[in-house]
Amino acid sequence: MVGAQYFTGIDYLLSLPVILLTLFALGILLIDLMIPTEWKWMNAATALIGVLFAAAGVLKVQLVQRELAEHGQRAEYAFMHSLRMDHFAIYFTYLFLAGAALAILISVRYLEIEREHHGEFYALILFSVTGMIAMAAGFDIVLIFIGLELMAISTYVLVGFLRSDRRSNEAALKYLLLGAFSSGIFAYGLSLFYGLTGSTNLGDIADGVGREMAAHHEHATPVMIIALLTTATGLFFKIAAVPFHQWAPDAYEGAPTSVTGFMSVAVKAAAWAMLLRVFVWGLYPLRNVYLPLVVFVSVLTMTGANLAALTQNNLKRLLAYSSIAHVGYMLLGLVAFASVEYPAAVTDGFRGILLYLLVYTFMNLGAFAVITSLRQRDVIGDDIDDIAGLYSRAPTEAVLMLIFLLSLAGIPPLAGFYGKYFIFLSLVESGHYVLASLAVVYAVFGLYYYMRIANAMFMREALDPSRLPVSAAMKVALGVSAFATLFIGLFPNSFIQLVTWSLS
Amino acid sequence: MAPVATPFFFYLLSLLTLGSAFLVITRRNPVHSALALILGLLAQAGLYLMLYAPFVAGVQIILYAGGIMVLFLFVIMLVNLERAQREEQFNKQWLVGILAACALGALFVFVFWKGSGLFPTSLEPMAEASNTQQVAELLYGPYMFAFEIASLLLLVAMIGAVVMAKKRI
Repeated sequence: MVGAQYFTGIDYLLSLPVILLTLFALGILLIDLMIPTEWKWMNAATALIGVLFAAAGVLKVQLVQRELAEHGQRAEYAFMHSLRMDHFAIYFTYLFLAGAALAILISVRYLEIEREHHGEFYALILFSVTGMIAMAAGFDIVLIFIGLELMAISTYVLVGFLRSDRRSNEAALKYLLLGAFSSGIFAYGLSLFYGLTGSTNLGDIADGVGREMAAHHEHATPVMIIALLTTATGLFFKIAAVPFHQWAPDAYEGAPTSVTGFMSVAVKAAAWAMLLRVFVWGLYPLRNVYLPLVVFVSVLTMTGANLAALTQNNLKRLLAYSSIAHVGYMLLGLVAFASVEYPAAVTDGFRGILLYLLVYTFMNLGAFAVITSLRQRDVIGDDIDDIAGLYSRAPTEAVLMLIFLLSLAGIPPLAGFYGKYFIFLSLVESGHYVLASLAVVYAVFGLYYYMRIANAMFMREALDPSRLPVSAAMKVALGVSAFATLFIGLFPNSFIQLVTWSLS
Repeated sequence: MAPVATPFFFYLLSLLTLGSAFLVITRRNPVHSALALILGLLAQAGLYLMLYAPFVAGVQIILYAGGIMVLFLFVIMLVNLERAQREEQFNKQWLVGILAACALGALFVFVFWKGSGLFPTSLEPMAEASNTQQVAELLYGPYMFAFEIASLLLLVAMIGAVVMAKKRI
């Protein structure tokens, strides 16, 4: 173990975002006791300020790193190499913070309608973002695992936050059981890698696995295959890839809609950050072994999710299956990445995944924001019939929803197109023509079920013709998501540069 | 420093552990079971001490024999003891349970006979003082950050339990 004997200012500086988020979360828990019910929106405001402070903290980290780089020093590692605030982690931290901020904005009115407006909700969102940062920035499997559990436990509670709603309780229980089960399998795999290499540090694990592979003529030993399979199973569970996806539609349907939105972007991005950290930084020497596995799972995911989404009548379930399908496309980026030599060739597949996660955050959360606003005092509002005639009830929202849906389907001038474009391009460049064509075919499937929602919004009569009230916070969230979806689509270059930077 | 009567203490502590474990499942009164469990855990702590792991032994006594057992006893006191005593001691799966236990035992014996090469024949005994120190150095060194995040994990679990279980928050 190299590194400083004692912790220095750099250690604490690099963990500044985590510290700030924790302080704000604890602050919300305390303030919540003192404010009356009608002032509960203050908690949301505090949480938003906390997210802004954390973002400023990340910016500070970036500035210091740049300044040190000018003096030829690198300040990425902290706490004796267990935390690694590299560009990858910084990129993901911004992504989590954006997802959390939008989720907080769309939650305020929803929770008021559900009469479950408590400060704990916002505190738990901040705590789960803390866990996510530990997952993305962790360079030690112990830290990554504890971060995962912190995020997961906060999310279980958020899913079951509507305590009087039986669907919410059931979803939380299912999610808790399957989540605990998958965490167990994941921990088993990680412990085997610890046993094989004698270290919990990802860098040391990569070295150790590489040495083992070299000693066995580049063939994986049986123990290594068991370790890889269990680790991969745990990771695929967490990103909800078929055949480990069954928890996702149930949990997404039962959860409060704003939490569903949060889960489908931030929680999923965190799981992806963890998967990439483990597969790319930790198990890179095993890439030829896991490549067929990833191909298999991604084809299965695209097939299963796209077919299942065709027949869904519940909007939240439909979007749950659509988010599983997006995971399938993103896995193809990993396929492209793992099938070419790393330093020499294009790393487009990896860049494609990061860009996809960025655009996915805004377009999917936007779509969930519209569905969240359908919830009224006496309407649950998550069925496809509830969105019928939205154009006559709230024209702006209907048009925005159309933009999000077209972007999710991957129609050119919108952001979603570039997510898919880079992944398909990287597939073609790495020689996977069949997979690329298959993915395009499934993208057409996707268009069908997204257009079913659009058809209901524009062509059908509304069941309840009254105008849909939209809160100010919701308008901000919708505006930001729509702006990002359009802007990334129209000016993709700066975002491609951003993604390239995050891998430098 | 030559260890004194090591085999004697080993067999004594093992016998205590096994005997009290047997009592835990056969006693009808749950309070007696809990007390037997405490005895078993303490004997196990003694075994850890013999392995030159004083930290694990200390944690075993403080956490298991201390904290968790108190919690057990609380729960036992809260549930209806008389009803529990009238219920059947063993459920229908005892045969499967015995088979599984025998299979596991056979596996242990097999590894013990066949896999003797897997284990080091003798280990240099560590100085007792350095064991706890090494744990501390790891915990406040490379795992410092994970340790702090783990404290948040416990806090969130507590908040979660309150949010899910309390009638009015």
